[in-house]
Amino acid sequence: MTFLTFLVAIGMAVAMAIMLARLFAGPTLYDRVLAANSFGTKTVLFLLVFSALVGRQDAIDIALLYALINFVATIAILKFFRYRSLEIALAQMSLRRALDGDYEK
Amino acid sequence: MSAAEIFQHARDVFSIGALAVGLVFVIAGATGVMRLPDFYTRMHAAGVTDTLGAELIILGLIAQAGDWQTAAKLALVGLLLFLTSPTATHAIANAAHRAGQKPDLSHFKPKHPADTATSEGPK
Amino acid sequence: MFYGISLTAILVALWLTLSGPFTLSGDYPIVMGLGLLSIIGTVALTYRMRIVDRETVPIGPALALFTYWGWLGGEIVKANLAVLRLVMKPEIEVEPRLIRVSAEQRSDLGRSVFANSITLTPGTVTVDVEDDGFLVHALDNSFTDPAGFAEMGARADVASDGRKTGMATGEAN
Repeated sequence: MTFLTFLVAIGMAVAMAIMLARLFAGPTLYDRVLAANSFGTKTVLFLLVFSALVGRQDAIDIALLYALINFVATIAILKFFRYRSLEIALAQMSLRRALDGDYEK
Repeated sequence: MSAAEIFQHARDVFSIGALAVGLVFVIAGATGVMRLPDFYTRMHAAGVTDTLGAELIILGLIAQAGDWQTAAKLALVGLLLFLTSPTATHAIANAAHRAGQKPDLSHFKPKHPADTATSEGPK
Repeated sequence: MFYGISLTAILVALWLTLSGPFTLSGDYPIVMGLGLLSIIGTVALTYRMRIVDRETVPIGPALALFTYWGWLGGEIVKANLAVLRLVMKPEIEVEPRLIRVSAEQRSDLGRSVFANSITLTPGTVTVDVEDDGFLVHALDNSFTDPAGFAEMGARADVASDGRKTGMATGEAN
């Protein structure tokens, strides 16, 4: 049982390494954001498996926080690269889009 | 063998199965992200990891958990991943689409009835 | 009022789950006091924002939502296996498609449940939300079955609403 848990932890590390390779190789920005998001998910899983391995509950709390921060960070990165600013309010977004012209035109 | 022992063994078997299958899914998702040809298809491979792989590993860990509080925290992490991962995937896809990133389609894209008025196709 | 009480109960349960053993010895009066303060603060803020209704506290359709999650779990397993088979082939041969899926849910919650379900099922991702439907990117030709989308849409509608289509039962909420 412990061996399998250890194996899962190794597998998560391998998957994280593959994601890092995609993060560095990815031709577009969105490939990189996707890889970063997926890397975060695997980090959460690694932390959970790690907490089971060492028998400490603290890592689960860290994993919970990491999952939340990972989500917020993804949205923040995408928002920044779309509007080149983090100061724009949600209510202004549709207005800004209307001013810039629709993307399809 | 008493009932408690049978329950213990069943729990172990379930945990081992869930962890092993989850590991396979996560590794397959990572392989897919490396192998598939363009951004939109890679997104699907990443989704495999985020849904079934993650949930199966969390289920396996819940079966191993000693007390109910660990199990509840693990279930909370699982629920959070279940709720946030589709939103994040959709946000990335939508950002790429709005930025004019074209999917590598092998065939045509069907037009929306509203778009047929304008002669040029959407980006 | 019912939703306010439900929200408070959920927040209390969340705090007790996250903050260790239930004793009042040692540091625990401080922990429980901070929990009480933050729960009161959260409930007061949500009341001030006037967002406490059946969409933000989905207690009413909870049972329907869990039934829907069970069905969705089966769909996710099937789609996962299909994507796994595509990815693990020695030769990658996928046929990506962009399709339009019409969304005829009655509420915005139903539409968002439907869109998230499409994204959650591997092989299909909601790329854009339009007035009367979604633009969906499918990994392969085999994922673009209109009947499957229609069934998922109908189930998402029932799940987010908590009652069957066309059957106006007087549910207490």
